[in-house]
Amino acid sequence: MITPKDESELATAVAEAQGPLRISGGDSRGLTGTGAQLSVAGLSGVSLYEPGALTMVAAAGTPVAEITAMLETERQQLAFEPADLRGLLGRGGAPTIGGAFATNSSGPRRVQAGAARDFLLGVRFVDGRGEILKNGGRVMKNVTGYDLVKLMAGAHGTLGVMSEVSFKVLPRAEFTGTLVWNDLDWAESLSVFQGAMNSPFDVTGAARLPGANGTSKTLVRLEGFETSVLYRLGQLQSRMPATPVDKLVTDAGESDALWKAVRDVAPFHDKAGAVWRSSVKPSDMLRVVDQVSGEHLLDWAGGLIWSMVDPAVDLRAALASVGGHSTLVRPGAGQDDVPRFEPQPAPLAALAAGLRAQFDPRGILNPGLMG
Amino acid sequence: MEMPQPDQQVIAKKASLIAALHEVLPQDAVISDPMETRAYECDALTAYRCPPMLAVLPSSTEEVSDVLRICHAQGVPVVPRGAGTSLAGGALPTADCVILGVARMNDVLETDYDNRIIRVQTGRTNLSVTGAVEDEGFFYAPDPSSQLACAIAGNIAMNSGGAHCLKYGVTTNNLLGVTMVMMDGRVVEIGGAHLDSGGLDLLGVICGSEGQLGVVTEATLRILHKPEGARPVLIGFDSNEVAGACVSDIIKSGILPVAIEFMDRPCIRACEAFAKAGYPDCEALLIVEVEGSAAEIDDQLSRIIAIAKAHNPVELREARDADQAGRIWLGRKSAFGAMGQINDYMCLDGTIPVSTLPEVLRRIGDLSKEYGLEVANVFHAGDGNMHPLILFNANQEGQLETCEALGAEILKLCVEVGGCLTGEHGVGIEKRDLMLHQYSAQDLEAQLRVKDVFDPKWLLNPAKVFPLSVTAARRQPF
Repeated sequence: MITPKDESELATAVAEAQGPLRISGGDSRGLTGTGAQLSVAGLSGVSLYEPGALTMVAAAGTPVAEITAMLETERQQLAFEPADLRGLLGRGGAPTIGGAFATNSSGPRRVQAGAARDFLLGVRFVDGRGEILKNGGRVMKNVTGYDLVKLMAGAHGTLGVMSEVSFKVLPRAEFTGTLVWNDLDWAESLSVFQGAMNSPFDVTGAARLPGANGTSKTLVRLEGFETSVLYRLGQLQSRMPATPVDKLVTDAGESDALWKAVRDVAPFHDKAGAVWRSSVKPSDMLRVVDQVSGEHLLDWAGGLIWSMVDPAVDLRAALASVGGHSTLVRPGAGQDDVPRFEPQPAPLAALAAGLRAQFDPRGILNPGLMG
Repeated sequence: MEMPQPDQQVIAKKASLIAALHEVLPQDAVISDPMETRAYECDALTAYRCPPMLAVLPSSTEEVSDVLRICHAQGVPVVPRGAGTSLAGGALPTADCVILGVARMNDVLETDYDNRIIRVQTGRTNLSVTGAVEDEGFFYAPDPSSQLACAIAGNIAMNSGGAHCLKYGVTTNNLLGVTMVMMDGRVVEIGGAHLDSGGLDLLGVICGSEGQLGVVTEATLRILHKPEGARPVLIGFDSNEVAGACVSDIIKSGILPVAIEFMDRPCIRACEAFAKAGYPDCEALLIVEVEGSAAEIDDQLSRIIAIAKAHNPVELREARDADQAGRIWLGRKSAFGAMGQINDYMCLDGTIPVSTLPEVLRRIGDLSKEYGLEVANVFHAGDGNMHPLILFNANQEGQLETCEALGAEILKLCVEVGGCLTGEHGVGIEKRDLMLHQYSAQDLEAQLRVKDVFDPKWLLNPAKVFPLSVTAARRQPF
């Protein structure tokens, strides 16, 4: 394993690489290519934190846990809730901030606060030639030149190896309330999601956790100052007379556990089966659960569907008419040759291949991972 | 500001180009009369003007595709144009170019409240997107000052922001999908009604690419339900430092206002003289707006007022109703008009880390004295996006040049303290030659390589964003 200690060593490692590199941070997310492992875990540490400006700059290999702990001292947070997939994948390692952005890992608050890519303000990275490049900065509004920051977020290391990220952080809410409905059918869950999202009450999570024996919990989250959250919880319930709430969770620990379970796909931990992550138009969720037999966990008000299915099931074929796209996050037996990312229509695939050829002309950065 | 010499070989093709365009567009969609092309000679950066060779006004994605295919085949540069409200010269023509205006493409194609999206043709104005959904209680969040006039196409090209993006983000955070025509006429669909598009984030790099990667003809935009209400508080301070500290404390407290606007004394005085909003004559003024139910607003405003009081404000005025809220916003919203009445002005757009606010304002004051031109500051303080307005007299010999030189110094200062050249207006031609102050040659080369992929012949808006010296080799006639 190649483990550079700083950015210039990283650049040298890429420049001198003779073959494919498997780019990793904490190596906890399982979405890398094949080749000699190049880990940025040695590039670690927060170099700037300005709570009053809601910004932080950190080396890409900094563990998310270290960042979260530092933010906690100022009652701030990574509002995009990056997932910790170790439980789902049965992997070790410490999730890093670079990995969170490289995979554009966005949890339940995506519906309100945005995705990881929306919080990433600037990057320093090493391209496939071994050149150190930067884009963006550490300010929240920046349209100076092309937004390569967005391009790097979600590129899974295929365009460059991030060495440093600067990003926006947000205050952590003083109070959280979660409405829980037990065992709704899918259409009822969707109706609850729509009722919540199409309200003025600033919903920060709308999800559905599968339980044992076909049970489920449909969840809606509100955050803010206590009086405000309680007011909005009441208003929301009064707008949904047809689906009375089964439980109102206002205990911080209990709420936190529910949303962490959504974020980290906890119901599928320690269970066999392939796990797919599909991003669809929220109302198309009904077609997905109808057309794909298996267990489904919903996030993003129905727009994100984690499906645990028999590895023999070709989920993409089943969803061909639905639109959106699916990622094979946890392959099952016999799925080694299934592309992890949804193959794109030819014109987009050509653009992506063109960009990869520009940023990684030798094709050594996680080759083949994204097409 | 230097522009490339027009290519006479391209201009020589004018007649054959007109003939080819008439085959794919209605008669009135091809504008070639020199009197009529003058309507497209500039955008809102009026100091620079050049009529294009031709202007075309297609009405559909197919027509845009036909136009681009023809121009691509003949090697003719194309400058896309939304509503022409760019302050950076993003739509400034060259004499050998075709202006491709999307103004006729302004239909709403789909509204889907269940999925909280609207799909529009991109010639539609920003405010009319909200207009199409507000009866159902929804709005489109990005709100540039020019929202009455500016087109979604331009918003996407420049990744436009607005006063309320502290909470709701800028265009890129609210754009879910596009139909885009590439320079060679191919039509691509990226993203859609789902929240994250698959593969590489092409949508992310297209947004803000200033019309250099493709012409976006249709856009899927996220719409949000309106909050129950919103009200501002006005806070006056006798020093910029204290106002800056107050902004920082508000943000740190856990309240996330939808807007924190900051005006300095020259700006306050000009606005007051113009709008008579009843602003106090003080060093710095903050307008902080929060949203929610009446009780929630009261609660948040009382927290903000408590924070402000700890900084000994000289004025504190809480809006109790819509009328009072309107009066508080009146002066701020007329800032640009007020400046325009007393002088010509140049509006800058650098962003700085919020913590450097007092230092930057002090040094802008020093530069203002050094160059002998007054500078008024109005900006989005929550996110550090400054709008220094340099006042000058365009009719006085040399003042435009002095103004531009001062503007360049102020923008370099923004970069020096850790910020950037432009927060929401774009680079265009205005800040093009300063790009090497923010980025190394290699950093810029990485951006040029992106354009190489989308537009290998460098025909789309080729003279913008990057210093001409940097792009010269790529812009050679083909």
